[in-house]
Amino acid sequence: MDASVKEKSSHDDHSHHEEAFIWKYVFSIDHKVIGIQYGVTALLFLFFGFTLMMLMRWQLAYPGEAIPVISGLFSETTMPDGIMLPEFYNSLGAMHGTIMVFLAVVPLVVGAFGNYLVPLQVGAIDMAFPKLNMASYWVYFVGGIVMLVGFWMPGGAANSGWTSYPPLSNIATTGQTVWLLGMVFLITSSLLGSMNIIVTIVQLRAEGLTWMKLPFFTWAQLVTSFLLLLAFPPLEAAGVLQLMDRLTGSSFFMPSGLVVSGEVLDIAGGGSPLLWQHLFWFLAHPEVYVLILPALGIIAEVIANNTRKPLWGYKSMVYATIFLGFISFTVWAHHMFLTGMGTAINAFFQTTTMIISIPSVIILTALMISLWGGSIRFNSAMLFACAFLPMFGIGGLTGLPLGLTASDIHLHDTYYVIGHFHYVVAPGTIFAIFAGIYYWYPKVTGRAMNEMLGKIHFWLSLIFINGIFFPMFIQGLAGVSRRLYDGGASYAHAQDYLYLNEFMSISAWLLALAQIPFIINFFISWKSGQKAGDNHWDATTLEWSATTSPPLGHGNFEVVPTVYRGPYEYSVPGKDKDFTPQNEA
Amino acid sequence: MSEWILQYLYLPQDLSSHGHELDSLTGWVHLLMLILFVGWGAFYLLTVFKFNKKRNPSADYKGVKTHVSSYLEITVAVIEAVLLVGFSIPLWADVVDNIPEETAKDVVPIRIIAEQFAWNIHYAGPDGKFGRTAPELVDLSNGNPVGIDKNDPNAADDVTTVNQLNVPMNKQILVKLTSKDVIHSFFLPVMRVKQDAIPGSEFPLKFTAVSKGDNDGKYEIACAQLCGLGHYRMRGYYNIMTQEEFDAWMGEQQELLKAAGEDDGW
Repeated sequence: MDASVKEKSSHDDHSHHEEAFIWKYVFSIDHKVIGIQYGVTALLFLFFGFTLMMLMRWQLAYPGEAIPVISGLFSETTMPDGIMLPEFYNSLGAMHGTIMVFLAVVPLVVGAFGNYLVPLQVGAIDMAFPKLNMASYWVYFVGGIVMLVGFWMPGGAANSGWTSYPPLSNIATTGQTVWLLGMVFLITSSLLGSMNIIVTIVQLRAEGLTWMKLPFFTWAQLVTSFLLLLAFPPLEAAGVLQLMDRLTGSSFFMPSGLVVSGEVLDIAGGGSPLLWQHLFWFLAHPEVYVLILPALGIIAEVIANNTRKPLWGYKSMVYATIFLGFISFTVWAHHMFLTGMGTAINAFFQTTTMIISIPSVIILTALMISLWGGSIRFNSAMLFACAFLPMFGIGGLTGLPLGLTASDIHLHDTYYVIGHFHYVVAPGTIFAIFAGIYYWYPKVTGRAMNEMLGKIHFWLSLIFINGIFFPMFIQGLAGVSRRLYDGGASYAHAQDYLYLNEFMSISAWLLALAQIPFIINFFISWKSGQKAGDNHWDATTLEWSATTSPPLGHGNFEVVPTVYRGPYEYSVPGKDKDFTPQNEA
Repeated sequence: MSEWILQYLYLPQDLSSHGHELDSLTGWVHLLMLILFVGWGAFYLLTVFKFNKKRNPSADYKGVKTHVSSYLEITVAVIEAVLLVGFSIPLWADVVDNIPEETAKDVVPIRIIAEQFAWNIHYAGPDGKFGRTAPELVDLSNGNPVGIDKNDPNAADDVTTVNQLNVPMNKQILVKLTSKDVIHSFFLPVMRVKQDAIPGSEFPLKFTAVSKGDNDGKYEIACAQLCGLGHYRMRGYYNIMTQEEFDAWMGEQQELLKAAGEDDGW
């Protein structure tokens, strides 16, 4: 608190009063405040994205039936008399995906956790470019608002899937234009943020903090930022091209001779719908690793701390992460196996897909083996981290039959795919986010969250989230396609598996109820949680050992730390305490 | 082993000549997944039980000292390589990429043109040649959904249907798939066929029905790619027929065409 006053006054001779609210909390250039801004905004979007899905799950469980209680909240063009229209269902689907990926999960793992923790873990007084950092948040915020505005457009929000495949997206209602504009903002925000993280890690590490002494979380953030920086520009270009197709009558993604509803479309033609898919997935596959790597980083920190021993195979984890980053640029077309590929190109992409499974297996195995020999404290953070391992394992393993083209033929675009990537991102990454929140909450607020509420939150979430996603594998194997407004009720081959829809929907609503203890805990603990010390978990990394909870306003450290040892020196033989901080000489 | 696990995998019936091979790969992969999950799961459960703080009050700095896991990782990689090189790549080359000539013996060529939200089926007729088509000739009200040029001599015996695909059993069906408007995906679950229908391009696919199955040959065509608000009801039907039934149906269609042609002349 004092430091912020001091710093401000040193810059500005005329004033000695505290920073105004607006500069301190709204247009802050302090990475910690920006991290919290990202975190709170993205958690709200996470909840909103979840709400959209809960509406969809009503329609899937009870197709064509009026939604009870809340039907009055919706307009005639979305849910007349409480009955969802297919257009609205498609909007909800597209926006659920978009919001969860681009407005909730990535901003949480990179914008919130990355922003808050990277400078602290590397011993820097702030990000390399604090003003860019502020710009990154506000551009993200505007992008989010633009996305939401889509819901009020004629025809509703974007409704061509989060993947926005043309020609469907090109001929879609105005919501799609708004979606593309929103994406341009979100991509710009990501580029600003990722450059900042890269430069901070490369340039601002504390004295003695060599590469192999970096916490794994920071390594994961570094590789993630490279993925964002290199993979997003193609999608930004593609987004602009699609905007031009929609607004200026160009035909980058429109072939000649299109006939829509019996009428020949009056367009230039000559474009290629597959070009969009290549540009989109060139981003969106690395994006998958943007969702996963920081989550693995969080899990690594929580596991090392709560097993009270070093990570097993830290170096192989780092090398695997770097390798994974490179290979993630060569697998994108495995999302396009059924677009008419020949054997050669197909063999290439399924080979790279199998190769990328190897570093993933190495990282997951190392985390699992790290548990062996530990003295494990099962607090809420550790419970989520422990559950992450098998859940992420299911997500990874179910990628195998999708990555091999011959078995993908039947499973492609079915609920099997939905189950697969949700296991990776929901009980995978989102569980990691919860682990991270429980773990770093005392650092951010100076108070710990309630363990009892945390454990209730954990066990209920674990049960219900599996209730949602596991049955999807059964439906997928049976051949039920994804993105069906009636959940498959029209199809004979889906009839035997429709009962699962109700089961999954009820699980989803119960999962929402299971978040109540978390929400209560989150707010109550802020003011009246148990007071936490500076190093609440007896941890070794700099954010815990070298600064207060919460860290100083501007500047983070009273004394900028020097680093003498690796990140996870727990239970070192011969030492009297079971942790040796990185900055302990 | 692959057969054993397939009984628990909820796959629909397989009535195609190639589906068995695809399913067998699906079976092997799921067996590998099951073994890995159970193996890792057992280690994991043992670990979290054994190394609970209460049972093990002080942690071991080194932890696991062997490198068994490296051998395990290599084994997984080798198995994946076998599945890839031994099964998946050759299967793709044979099942998907090995497309017969349209004019080859025992091949029945059929054009399928997807649109929002229907499947238009275009048969070449007895001459085995498709008539010319053009987008500007599409006329939904006059029964010309695929835009056949009636002046082309090859078009005289061409038959079109909407949402009803009839295929003879034990013949290679060569589907030439495209779309008029947006991307759709042609999915026949019991035939283990799925292929995107992409406007502006025509991609071939093949399958051979070997049995009528439990539902006397009557099954559904599903759309597997989001194609708009009617995606969920873009359902077609197909009928697996004996050669005699198929010939009889095609004969009827030719009679109808002749009758319609005489009407036009009148």
